[in-house]
Amino acid sequence: MKDLSLHILDIAQNSVRAEADHITISITAEGRPCILKIVITDNGKGMEPDFLEKVTDPFTTSRETRKVGLGIPLLKQSAEMAGGVFSIKSVVNEGTEVSATFPVDHVDRIPVGNVAETLMMLVASHPEIDWEFIFASEQDRFEFSLTEVKEALGDVSVTNRYVQEWIQNTLSEGFNSVFGGVLDEVN
Amino acid sequence: MKSIKELEAIRERALKEMSIRDNENKTRIVVGMATCGIAAGARQVMNAFVEELNKRNIHNVNVAMTGCIGICRFEPIAEVIEPNGEKTTYVKLNAEKARRIVAEHIVNGRPVMEFTIGAAEK
Repeated sequence: MKDLSLHILDIAQNSVRAEADHITISITAEGRPCILKIVITDNGKGMEPDFLEKVTDPFTTSRETRKVGLGIPLLKQSAEMAGGVFSIKSVVNEGTEVSATFPVDHVDRIPVGNVAETLMMLVASHPEIDWEFIFASEQDRFEFSLTEVKEALGDVSVTNRYVQEWIQNTLSEGFNSVFGGVLDEVN
Repeated sequence: MKSIKELEAIRERALKEMSIRDNENKTRIVVGMATCGIAAGARQVMNAFVEELNKRNIHNVNVAMTGCIGICRFEPIAEVIEPNGEKTTYVKLNAEKARRIVAEHIVNGRPVMEFTIGAAEK
């Protein structure tokens, strides 16, 4: 994957397929040296311990259209090649938490990419899910809850184009205010 | 920073437009967005579809993502599904091809044969 936002797009769809109705994506940067951490938490059906154990193996997948599952192994690889750590926890019928860390200044750290656009696409494609996004660094904190947006909209769908535009702009402003200057690639 | 209060104005604007086209049958564009699709550039493709449709003020087309449909070597893949059920499968897409599909298939009703899976498999 070329950037972190693409990993997020990919991993979040595991949560969707696990029938989660609440998915939280948190992106934080803190510490000296600064560590970027991405955590995706869902309340989906979770995994059995024996499946969880082999889930970072590319030849493990729950899908039937092909025999390999590369989403999780690729994220693990991206984290580890840049000196970061990958971890996954899961409890059957409770949910799954995937987390990956990336030392910000490591030469092999892939850029974050267009996070706002990616998250907006997830919302637009799965509007029934209660998405929650958290961005935090030492300079700012931003939280977005689709549930709040839905309440404010009433009978207007979150897939409406004006709403989507607003969501993307809101996320983009939040992201830049939290990570501008903290990450080299964000203004 | 933007606030949730702005949504009130957006809501009004959306409601005005909604009533006109509530009962229209929608064409759907479905973009494969599993690991294979994403790695091949499906996100830019999906974004190009959305942008081009918005730019042309086309409202009766839904763009959505789906998982892997099992032919990963042809990614990025998108299917255009018309209200009558007719389905065209486009393969090896990029943003530019996506815009052409909007112009020729969605607007003018002529599928872009050279981008279809039929043409790719020859």
